[in-house]
Amino acid sequence: MGSYGQTIFGLTGRMTIAFFTELRILSRLINNTAYWTFVAPFIQKRFRVKQSISEIVKVGYNSIPIVCVISFFLGLILALQAAYQLRRFGAMIYVANLVGVSITRELGPIITAIIASGRSGSAFAAEIGSMKAAEEVDALIGMGINPVSYLVVPKLIAMIIMMPALTIFADCVGILGGTILSVTLLEIQPNAYLNQTINALLVRDVVTGLIKAVAFGISITIVGVYQGFKVTAGAEEVGMRTTASVVSSIFMIILLDLFFTVLFYFLT
Amino acid sequence: MENAINISHLDTHYGNYKVLKDITVSIPRGKTTVILGGSGCGKSTLLKHLIGLLRPTNGTILINDKDITLMNEFQLNDIRRHIGILFQGAALLNSMTIADNVALPLKEHTRLNPETINIMVRMKLDLVGLSGFDHFFPAQLSGGMKKRAGIARAMALDPELLFFDEPSAGLDPVTAAGIDDLILRLKSVFKMTITVITHELPSVFMIADYVIMLEKGEMLFAGTLDELKASSHPAIRRFLERKPDTAAVSPDDYFDIIAGRI
Repeated sequence: MGSYGQTIFGLTGRMTIAFFTELRILSRLINNTAYWTFVAPFIQKRFRVKQSISEIVKVGYNSIPIVCVISFFLGLILALQAAYQLRRFGAMIYVANLVGVSITRELGPIITAIIASGRSGSAFAAEIGSMKAAEEVDALIGMGINPVSYLVVPKLIAMIIMMPALTIFADCVGILGGTILSVTLLEIQPNAYLNQTINALLVRDVVTGLIKAVAFGISITIVGVYQGFKVTAGAEEVGMRTTASVVSSIFMIILLDLFFTVLFYFLT
Repeated sequence: MENAINISHLDTHYGNYKVLKDITVSIPRGKTTVILGGSGCGKSTLLKHLIGLLRPTNGTILINDKDITLMNEFQLNDIRRHIGILFQGAALLNSMTIADNVALPLKEHTRLNPETINIMVRMKLDLVGLSGFDHFFPAQLSGGMKKRAGIARAMALDPELLFFDEPSAGLDPVTAAGIDDLILRLKSVFKMTITVITHELPSVFMIADYVIMLEKGEMLFAGTLDELKASSHPAIRRFLERKPDTAAVSPDDYFDIIAGRI
């Protein structure tokens, strides 16, 4: 009996210590990232413009095709699903409202974030993880270069700028997809559809979507680099951490989405 | 003899395992010091403490009379600007060309214009015999060339202290001798304090002015190369004469080992 008790208490203790250790490492990373992104550049008068632009191209510009294709299809699907219900009431024109609002408030940001976590979050984890395994991160520290400043800051800046930008792309292309389907298959007049969309959309619908996009961008970056820095050695661990980064960033995206949706539901 | 680094009563642990045990030693200025010892004796751990990558459990490390164990990250970074390190696998950034790797410390720590940086990079690459390889990526270079590029990067800011972690590991004897030759040249030209971690005896005899020997995390010997050669300590003799450690395990201990009790 004593040994069972010891096992249970031992396990609880070990798990608690492990949890708080992880929490400490994560909070230190967040703290350092915030300092090196928003404080240090203004003190040192040194901005990582060139590196940030290169990251912007990688995480933003290069994702435009995939974001466009997926949100176009999503617009088509959404319009068709809406029509399936609305035609029973003869309210086909409301397809425009449904597509417009659900894409700008919800699906645009979340689809963009899921694509970004698969493309960029995993790339962050793999890049930093393999650098860690090859002692490159130690080499940076040895040269007196803070790895957070050198590796994380450009990625975070790129994500903060590009996530809302990609979301705007996703919103526009998604609505275009809905329009094309409605005009062709549902035989709604293009002008009527677009007018209906414009009337249905409020600025706050778009803005709340963009606020979500920024939050998703920050969380994808932090999760990706956190998993990357956790690598201690070996290619196998890099693969494992990359997978973990995608899984946990998608989880974080859904969690944040829930938080913001509840927040905006009561605020707006 | 003036010292560049003074280490006293340094203890360090990995978890519950004590890696370095009460190390007290000094590294003389302007000389080449070799830290010697078998695999797993704590040489690389000691080096990581000297550059502040790891924090000791106990003890002090004075570099230029300043205790680096008490410093915060910013103070450490100031010290690190005067230190150059060659890591075991060279640790060049694989996503950058050799020239960009060497230019990195210059870009990060100085506000020189790009033309000046380019000239300095070419000078450093020429110094290590890599002229013309500026635009190669680390993956395109041989092991010996990577080490040379690593040395060029370590030299970028003209440091006072230069650390080499196993510079000749994994290299053929001729390339390894080339690296040793380079280390000797750097010492005679720049009068730097060089600390080399190695277990390659030919290198030790070629480059060392001063030798520190560790065994199982403890200080075994510190003195000149001649004193090392003259030493009659059995562990040192074993190392110098390349004899295996034949400490026999008693039948009772062996039984404990295979039963998983040790």
